[in-house]
Amino acid sequence: MWSWVLHRITGVAIFFFLLVHILDTALVRLSPDAYNAVIGAYKTPVMGLGEIALVAAIGLHALNGLRIILIDFWSRGARYQRAMFWIVIVLWVVLLAGFVPRQLSVIFGGA
Amino acid sequence: MSTTDRIGSSVIPAPGSKYERYARRPRKGLNLERVGWVYMRVSGVVLVVLIFGHLFVNLVAGAGVHQIDFAFVAGKWADPFWVVWDTLLLWLALIHGANGMRTVINDYANNRTLRVTLLTCVGAATVILLLLGTLVIYTFDPCPSAAMNDPALTALLPTFCFAG
Repeated sequence: MWSWVLHRITGVAIFFFLLVHILDTALVRLSPDAYNAVIGAYKTPVMGLGEIALVAAIGLHALNGLRIILIDFWSRGARYQRAMFWIVIVLWVVLLAGFVPRQLSVIFGGA
Repeated sequence: MSTTDRIGSSVIPAPGSKYERYARRPRKGLNLERVGWVYMRVSGVVLVVLIFGHLFVNLVAGAGVHQIDFAFVAGKWADPFWVVWDTLLLWLALIHGANGMRTVINDYANNRTLRVTLLTCVGAATVILLLLGTLVIYTFDPCPSAAMNDPALTALLPTFCFAG
């Protein structure tokens, strides 16, 4: 049930980010300085942490989505759904273990 | 239970019985709910590749989020590969998200007026942003003349605007 709740919450959150992200990207059609000014907001430390939350949400939604597909189409999917949930969590932690240090150095280290 | 009633075609409750109105009947034509169900899974697999590729190239590779500016986008869209990538990303992700929002709204908005209002908002936002996003990608000018002629803005343009 928690995978279902998390899938919904992350899905709705990602949808609203997508709406904003299409609008901010559309500024490239308006003028270079308008786009650079708005995209500059993504480079602040607060938004940098927001990007970690975004990647965490997308990672969980993507991995659990693949789990749902396996439950639906793999003949043993339903039997292993619980084990696959924990595999999702492990892969999600691995994903974040790769991304978070890199992102922190990008935000705070200027690398 | 017969083996075929899982598929929903052979067991038909007696006429007039209280179960009759819930009986599954063989469907004719296109089942849009089924199309949506399949779409979420097919687009989902493709989106895993498209989104993680997008995130890696923009947020992890190079200077991370600091590299993103007008010239960076212009450089990417000078390559048809990224034009196709971003077009697929726009259409697959927005329709995937909109269909997910439709599911959530149908689950929680019990009041008919509220439900229709929310579904209309999601539908309108989706159509407008699909058109806007597609227009932006295919009418994008990496060297807009207004910026080419403004000394304060030329530094923001990709270097290939001044080559040759």
